[in-house]
Amino acid sequence: MGNEKQTEEKQIREVTVRFAGDSGDGMQLTGTQFSNTTASLGNDLSTLPDYPAEIRAPAGTLYGVSGFQLHFSSSDIYTPGDKPDVLVAMNPAALKKNLPDLKPGAMIIVNTDSFDKKNLALAGFETNPLEDGTLDGFEVYEVPITTLTFNALEDVDLSTKEKARSKNFFALGLMYWLFERPLDTTINWLKEKFKNKPVLIEANEKALRAGYNFGDITERFTTRYKIEPAKLPGGTYRNISGNEATAWGFIAASVKSGLPLFLGSYPITPASEILQYLSKYKNFNVRTFQAEDEIAGITSAIGASFAGNLAITTTSGPGLALKTEAIGLAVMTELPLVIVDVQRGGPSTGLPTKTEQADLLQAIYGRNGEAPVGVVAAATPSDCFHMAIEASRLALEFMSPVILLTDGYLANGSEPWKIPHVDELPEIKVEFYKDAENFKPYARNENLVRPWVVPGTPNMEHRIGGLEKANITGNVSYDPENHHEMVKIRAQKIQNMQKVIPDLEVDGDQEGDLLVLGWGSTYGAIKEGVERARKRGYKVSQAHLKYLNPFPKNTGGVLAKFERILLPEVNMGQLAKILRSEFLHHGIIQFNLVRGLPFRSTEIEEKIIELFGGGNNGQ
Amino acid sequence: MANNIEVGEIKYTPKDFASDQDVRWCPGCGDYAILAQVQRTFPKIPGIKRENIVWVSGIGCSSRFPYYMNTYGFHSIHGRAPAIATGIKISRPELQVWVATGDGDLLSIGGNHFIHACRRNVDIKIMLFNNRIYALTKGQYSPTSERGKITKTTPYGSIDYPFNAISLALGANATFVARSIDRDAKHLQSMILRAAQHKGTAFLEIYQNCNIFNDGAFRLLTDKETKEDHVLYLEHGKPMIFGKNKDKGIVLKGLEPVVVDLNDGKHTIDDVLVHDENDASLIRAFILSHLTDHPDFPTPVGVFRQLFQPTYDESLNQQIKDVTEKLGKGDLEKLLFSGNTWTVSDN
Repeated sequence: MGNEKQTEEKQIREVTVRFAGDSGDGMQLTGTQFSNTTASLGNDLSTLPDYPAEIRAPAGTLYGVSGFQLHFSSSDIYTPGDKPDVLVAMNPAALKKNLPDLKPGAMIIVNTDSFDKKNLALAGFETNPLEDGTLDGFEVYEVPITTLTFNALEDVDLSTKEKARSKNFFALGLMYWLFERPLDTTINWLKEKFKNKPVLIEANEKALRAGYNFGDITERFTTRYKIEPAKLPGGTYRNISGNEATAWGFIAASVKSGLPLFLGSYPITPASEILQYLSKYKNFNVRTFQAEDEIAGITSAIGASFAGNLAITTTSGPGLALKTEAIGLAVMTELPLVIVDVQRGGPSTGLPTKTEQADLLQAIYGRNGEAPVGVVAAATPSDCFHMAIEASRLALEFMSPVILLTDGYLANGSEPWKIPHVDELPEIKVEFYKDAENFKPYARNENLVRPWVVPGTPNMEHRIGGLEKANITGNVSYDPENHHEMVKIRAQKIQNMQKVIPDLEVDGDQEGDLLVLGWGSTYGAIKEGVERARKRGYKVSQAHLKYLNPFPKNTGGVLAKFERILLPEVNMGQLAKILRSEFLHHGIIQFNLVRGLPFRSTEIEEKIIELFGGGNNGQ
Repeated sequence: MANNIEVGEIKYTPKDFASDQDVRWCPGCGDYAILAQVQRTFPKIPGIKRENIVWVSGIGCSSRFPYYMNTYGFHSIHGRAPAIATGIKISRPELQVWVATGDGDLLSIGGNHFIHACRRNVDIKIMLFNNRIYALTKGQYSPTSERGKITKTTPYGSIDYPFNAISLALGANATFVARSIDRDAKHLQSMILRAAQHKGTAFLEIYQNCNIFNDGAFRLLTDKETKEDHVLYLEHGKPMIFGKNKDKGIVLKGLEPVVVDLNDGKHTIDDVLVHDENDASLIRAFILSHLTDHPDFPTPVGVFRQLFQPTYDESLNQQIKDVTEKLGKGDLEKLLFSGNTWTVSDN
């Protein structure tokens, strides 16, 4: 023990941290650990992983940089933050790639061990940015993270290469010190994760503690930051990602409907995790089937639906395209089915690991024939849980395919979630029809929904299929009038979902000049942008559509109450197109940025201000 | 009609399996014969319950089959029947799931689903109606059409090499691989019954005559004068002999099959290859499958191979049982509140 060093404690409200390094440096893991620890301290938070499509791009290159951004706060927050206050850069490429995003005066912690000639060249630095003034104006901390990790692991029985892998835990430990976070959440995780490899528990824990102690002892770090817990509503919370929430939502829907869950799926980024999660829960009577392709993913689910399961399939844009014909089959056979599209950058293979909202038109219209389906979209990572239940409820109660849209940003992002109790979740009413005497396969109830009779029911053997059906009997029919009637019935059935979905709610004034309307994952950025604009005196309302086909029945009424509607979308204006044609609103202002990234809240804020005529405050 | 209230096994007749729909294949189509043999055979399947039968099909003439069976049925989209059948079977293992399909449906657009169903050994029965032509689309060549065939899309002769469906199923490790012919009623019935009783993916190829677009494709195998010299009936444990006078046999010279004359004084019945359908090795099954369409050999029909292996559906459901026993029945409330959670008190 040396001299007690003087450390100042600074209270701050919120901070945005970005961890960046090679895709093999474990940045996603570091970020996730920091998030979980931060969540357990009661801060509100939001995360944004950003990683390359290549699993291990060549070390040291710009395109191999993997990042994880985390925004946490002592009050409510809705986005992973626009510009980082703190950057941890494990190599020159990570520094180069992330430098333009930083706030002026941001703190930068660099691993100096990786700033050698080779890595500088790979990152495209002609001179060393640590020496040439590039970082002037930033608060730079040069830490030989690799060397210090080696020192800490001197006595550990691992090769040099293996020891180097623990350097992310050193960086994590240092960050824990800096933001006054405890180590136990991560240490407990290590003990569980590596219970069969005690040497890795030892190595990573030592590196973690060494990083923490380094902050404590080194004179260079004189300030620690304290972020009080956020004042969230009372309850029990957990941190949850969108894909995890989606998987759990379907388990909940299975429990609430009393039907076994069947998932037919083919791995695709960024949706594969849902299949991975659900494959674990066999004791919930969940059957997961990793099919030979996207088409078998959905058609096996259609088979399981016919057989009486809550049947779902999960995919991303290219997979949704492949499933198109089969969705039409589920429309024609009027079977319940949920299709999850975790949207990513397109077209074609596009940007597999980046986010986008450009599958909306595909979801609503992308089939041959008049083939309406229900379409819903989640607004935040935890909202994926509720929307998975909603999609299941609509599919089962209306005997129809329903598409649930999420996206890469929601899927990989995470936020604290106030965990609901099972008895608070909506009931899902399902009854297999058993009255053999009066059975007609395409008879209809008051919502135009046909009866569900599952194989194994005696004396109700019947055939369904993709050919047009005669209404009521369900026999094959080529009759022109019947076809016209059936087209109308299928459309009206979907419209009837309006009876059971909630109205569109407006936050702020219920009428006025400007409404910022969004759908899907833009919710957080819009909410934050709107709140900031309001603080600056602008009068602006917000509404968010989670039901996209059909729209909530008051949608037209809500839109009509506003002169102008600002509609930010991570596509070229797909919802705008639909709203204009459905509601003939002439004040829709598109705001489209298609960069593979979510909107920043400042972009929304600035757009609002621009619409009010620039820098002048509102009333 | 059978009454389900009665206790004990229900006795069905072929009529019980006929639906109220008019059969609408072309007059003279081989599909009628297949439908008749299925309806005649189903009552003989031990323990059969009509409500537990599901027929699944794709697109094509053969895929109208489910409409004519008074069982549960699903006429789906082109090529996807094996995948739909897989979803039904693995989620409801007590159902007996049959696929009616054609050479275009199963081997062209649905080829991927076919090989993967075989590989997984899902307990479904696949009946391939092979007429070597696209008939519902009115006469284009199919993946089993012979090379050089003149059709609407191959006016100068097909340059495609055809699939050998039996070899494909063997290569994909199907655990039951058999062939029959529409016109051979008794043999077809016996093959349907064998397929029904097999546990695992059962593949039954049925040569089916399309009298409109490919009439006589199997004439050599069905005409009275020629069939005995051109069909080899495979029977487990029996020597492979054929011919009008049962005096020709298949002998293996190394890995080369040859036809020998049992009257030539050089060969006896003891030299003739004895069929072993349970042979774990694929070598002899492949040798047999490649006799198909060979000018020097008879075309084999019967069971090429039958293996007994755990099925996908039974393994999946066993895993669910095992995991449930180990972890206890899933409790949603517990799951939601498991792991890293923290509590915020009401202020």
